[in-house]
Amino acid sequence: MASFIAKRIFQSIFVMLAVSFVAFALFRYVGDPINNMVGQDTTLEQRAQLKEQLGLNDPFLTQYLRFVNHAMHGDFGTSYRQRRPVSELIESRLPATLELSFVSALIALAMGIPMGIYTALRRRGVLSQSFMAVSLVGVSLPTFLTGILMILVFGVLLRWLPTFGRGEVVHLGWWSSGLFTGSGRLSLIMPAFTLALFQMTLIMRLVRAEMLEVMQTDFIRFARARGLTERAINFRHALKNTLVPVITITGLQLGSIIAFSIITETVFQWPGMGLLFIQSIGVVDIPVMAAYLLLIAFFFVIINLVVDLLYFAVDPRLRVQGL
Amino acid sequence: MASHTLSRFMSSDAVYSFSRSPVAVMSAIVLLVIVLGALGAPIIAPHDPYDLASLDLLDAGTPPVWAADGSARFLLGTDDQGRDMLSAILYGSRISLVVGFASVMLSLLIGVSLGLISGYAGGRIDTLIMRVADIQLSFPAILIALLIDGIARGLLPRDAQDALSIYVLIFSIGISGWVQFARTVRGATMVERNKEYVQAARLIGMGPSTVLRRHILPNVMGPVLVIATIHLAVAIITEATLSFLGVGIPPTTPSLGTLIRIGNSYLFSGEWWITIFPGLALIALALSVNLLGDWLRDTLNPKLN
Repeated sequence: MASFIAKRIFQSIFVMLAVSFVAFALFRYVGDPINNMVGQDTTLEQRAQLKEQLGLNDPFLTQYLRFVNHAMHGDFGTSYRQRRPVSELIESRLPATLELSFVSALIALAMGIPMGIYTALRRRGVLSQSFMAVSLVGVSLPTFLTGILMILVFGVLLRWLPTFGRGEVVHLGWWSSGLFTGSGRLSLIMPAFTLALFQMTLIMRLVRAEMLEVMQTDFIRFARARGLTERAINFRHALKNTLVPVITITGLQLGSIIAFSIITETVFQWPGMGLLFIQSIGVVDIPVMAAYLLLIAFFFVIINLVVDLLYFAVDPRLRVQGL
Repeated sequence: MASHTLSRFMSSDAVYSFSRSPVAVMSAIVLLVIVLGALGAPIIAPHDPYDLASLDLLDAGTPPVWAADGSARFLLGTDDQGRDMLSAILYGSRISLVVGFASVMLSLLIGVSLGLISGYAGGRIDTLIMRVADIQLSFPAILIALLIDGIARGLLPRDAQDALSIYVLIFSIGISGWVQFARTVRGATMVERNKEYVQAARLIGMGPSTVLRRHILPNVMGPVLVIATIHLAVAIITEATLSFLGVGIPPTTPSLGTLIRIGNSYLFSGEWWITIFPGLALIALALSVNLLGDWLRDTLNPKLN
């Protein structure tokens, strides 16, 4: 087990180094950093001096190591367009994205798992059939269209919900939260459901498939033979054994939720990191792009690592194999 | 000869199962209508959306023909420029289909080649290719496509960006999708590699590239076809998403995603048709390709998932 964990941690570090290399190459070689920092009337000497000062004449490896070192201390340089430190921009946008992502993940789990169990246990039911049909459409429906359709119905036609922004936020230290105000919670509903829909259909289909498979196994038949109640069989025995793949997929999906929030944030003009990233691509603001890339990679690596470790907690067989 | 091949094809399992699946037949019809509409856009479309001279701002914002102040000249209404929506959708689906097909072809080319090499060579080359695939797979494809698109924007001169945007999109979506092809082909190649016909081919002195191309490739194409179909839907949706986000096809030659983006800002003033019709076209396209892919997967290999 220790060697497995060590291997995983090593792999995570490797991925982070690879991503930081891409981010650095992006930062250093796409466009001229000096040109992007100074105004038109800066003389050639001043440019050369700035280049020397920033260490852009140093050997490649030195520059890369310095970049990594700065990034590890939370310093991602200055945005070309907004003239503010990138870390400050990200810090102000991070809470919005994380709140949206976690609420969506909760919705996806809280609705996906029960729907999956239900469709597996009542396979022929009308409700199950309609869940399955809706989920097929849900998979083919691009996230941005879901968002637009929701805006049209609940924002424009019915006028029930706000269609853009976060509403009022409460500041807790550097964290800004929309969960404590009425308008903040109302603003969260449509973006969160839009983001959750795809993951919800995925989790539902997964739980259903796993449940159906587990119901065929011998130990469930044995449980029936023992005369256990339906309830005990379904929830204590069957459901428990479907949870391993559900944990993996959900964990990995949490990463994609954060990435897909780019689209949702654009549709609903949600002031998070995704919107910042899209705006920075539009104006080729390299430091912001590089920082976003590193941060997302970091989230993904951590999530993957936690999912791997959770395996051990959930499935005792792996512990024996790992030894 | 040709009629013989045709009659053999018509009596094959695939055709039988196709004719027995109403979902597959319906999806094929929908897809065929969209593809024919896209191909024949210059003939069918009532207006030329690229011809700026024919646009009249007085026509801007005309609702669909069945609405109270709709006009028979514009069946699905017009956008903010007075562009006929039906024509714009026909031309737009052309671009969506071209980008979708081309990027799947690129993914297929890269993925199948690397998969063949990886599975046949084994050892370090295999480890290297698969490690890169693992890393790429741990990020969502849309993020990779966005990133490549962003880098290309930084590298290209500003005035060439719009003209080259379609190639940039094909490239970025193509690169973001090769992993699934490579993994599947690698697995299949590793199985085929040890079969007797491959050993026989090597025994008569064929080089690795000939063995791969002439003998292994035809035997691993089944699953590749399935992945390519399902991937086509993904590629079309990715193109639409990037265009919607404003980093894809520019508004001068709009794709379905660009049309939805343009319409999105008019949603609040009640001009819903500018967004909804291209959106419906996109859903119809993606759903029919997805359903066909599902059917193809079940038919060619029930065990594949």
